Amino acid sequence: MNDVLLRTENLGISFGGLKAVEGLNLEVRKGQLYGLVGPNGAGKTTVFNMLTGVNLPTEGTFFLDGEELRGKSQEAINRKGIARTFQNIRLFVNMSVVRNVMVGLHNQPEFHCNAFTSMFRLPRHYEEEATMRDKAKEILKIFDLYEERNNLSCNLPYGKQRKLEIARALATNPKLLLLDEPAAGMNPNETEDLMTIVRRLRDEFDLTILLIEHDMHFVSGLCDEITVLNFGQTLAHGTPEEALNDPEVIRAYIGN
Amino acid sequence: MKTLKYFKKQFAVKHFISYFVLIGVILVMAVLSATGALSRSAYSTLTKIGYSMILAVSLNLVVGFLGELSLGHAGFMCVGAYIGCFIFNLLEPVTGSGILTLIIAMLSGGVSAAIFGFIIGVPALRLRGDYLAICTLAFGEIVRNVFKNLPFFGGAKGLNTGLFDRTTLLFVTLVTVLVVLAIVQNLIRSKHGRAITAIRDNEIAARAMGVNVTYYKLLVFVLSAFAAGLSGVLYGKAVGIIRQDNFSYNYSIEILVMVVLGGIGSMNGSLIAATIITAVTVFLQNPPPAIRDALNLGDDTLAIVKTIAYAVILILIIMYNNAPVFAGLREKLSIKKLFAKFKKKDPGNISADEAKWDRITTKIEMDEVLRVDVKKREGELTDPDKPERGAK
Repeated sequence: MNDVLLRTENLGISFGGLKAVEGLNLEVRKGQLYGLVGPNGAGKTTVFNMLTGVNLPTEGTFFLDGEELRGKSQEAINRKGIARTFQNIRLFVNMSVVRNVMVGLHNQPEFHCNAFTSMFRLPRHYEEEATMRDKAKEILKIFDLYEERNNLSCNLPYGKQRKLEIARALATNPKLLLLDEPAAGMNPNETEDLMTIVRRLRDEFDLTILLIEHDMHFVSGLCDEITVLNFGQTLAHGTPEEALNDPEVIRAYIGN
Repeated sequence: MKTLKYFKKQFAVKHFISYFVLIGVILVMAVLSATGALSRSAYSTLTKIGYSMILAVSLNLVVGFLGELSLGHAGFMCVGAYIGCFIFNLLEPVTGSGILTLIIAMLSGGVSAAIFGFIIGVPALRLRGDYLAICTLAFGEIVRNVFKNLPFFGGAKGLNTGLFDRTTLLFVTLVTVLVVLAIVQNLIRSKHGRAITAIRDNEIAARAMGVNVTYYKLLVFVLSAFAAGLSGVLYGKAVGIIRQDNFSYNYSIEILVMVVLGGIGSMNGSLIAATIITAVTVFLQNPPPAIRDALNLGDDTLAIVKTIAYAVILILIIMYNNAPVFAGLREKLSIKKLFAKFKKKDPGNISADEAKWDRITTKIEMDEVLRVDVKKREGELTDPDKPERGAK
């Protein structure tokens, strides 16, 4: 199994006595669109928080490309290749759209000019700023945000803010992209639009995408494989048809 | 050449206006001092304005861009003043009391303050908001009292450093203002500045984007403390004797008032506010005898008024900026709007002349508005897949 990108081994976390996530075993292969679904409070976002280093797992561990990342800081995990978006949008609200993306580009190896270079405006600074801005504009074009590049990010409509968050995460050049409810609050047209973009991301950027979503149309239309969580336990696992028709899953969502 | 092209493209006069003004001020001062038009008190006031500007700009970096409230800026200044001037005194027999000694003293004062900035930066990684403010406040008071009790820094009597040549000191101060301003602005308008602003806007998201929060917080604290240390040495050489009670809590607040009055996050504002506040302070401390006699006041009654005035200014500005009651007023008085009004005459503003209602320009505008609306609706009908702008 050489093509496994993300592997979690018995991953779990408890806050005090509450076991938010327990014994999660995921195997996300390269280039896969993997869905994480479940009712509210199932622990999906907590899984994301563990994978990005916000919360330290109390049991188990996880590997990206065979490298153990448990216990690393958020910055280090991002540099290793996991980027995420947030369920409640967390943009840099006082910055323009293009600058938001440029913050994402900040850590790329080709932009390594130090603070000293910038303070004294050495030629290198200008070169890098120019390349960075061009690259940010390229990324914005993918998401159809190029026209809005000089607007403040807080003035964008909701759907575009979500897209900008994905653009910003993409700018960090991740191997694995975690999308936390990317379609929440979008109208059906925007959701369709987003689905095309997500597919394009996987195909053009060789990305592996792990996403949380409540919109079952979105999940079944997009994902190759899903895992259903409920109260921190894994309920079902498999292709969307299999997993969503699992009697346990139906009971969790609808009741007996 | 890519570099030059980018520079031209990104060049905006408004980014450089403060430099031009400062260089202008330096030239005017050079002419004035060459003709001997500046009095003794003018030199001391101008130097005071200069080092206040350095303090305000460096505090604005912490408060306005990193978004952390620091109430210990006078503490950093205190460290710089004592250690820088102490080294000045040590070096004086060797290198003389020229500009070289002053520069060495300033650098050593700045570096020692920067070390303390690093020490304060470490808790700043864990604390934020009010708690960090209390921590920095305590730092300022502790530093002051430590220097008070060290005998080789002169103890409670203060460290005697001797006055520096007034003219040279004024120009060194003004050039330092220029350099500090350039460094701080260059830092802000770079990828590092974006990272710092990102931390202010949303620390969690900044971390998730790979911004090294530890590094940038320490960088900002160290840089701002360094600048405060420089201004401490300039202060020491301007007043001749350093007394620890000048670096009290009140002075930190005075610097904060400059930042808040000028606008948090606005460097030009900080420069202007530093000038105003310092000028007012000097005026209140030494009011012209005529005014003092007319009001029948004691020697330092007005100096006490100053402290109250700062508190009132701070409260009023914060209320004005945040209270919902003033929302309408803020809208009306916003500088952007005033500028827009100033720049282009609004063609729609025809209330003064009623006959103009029939003029064609207005009609065309209305038509245009309508046409855009129709076009948009048609677009919607023909292309239902395209998401509507502004839809939620």
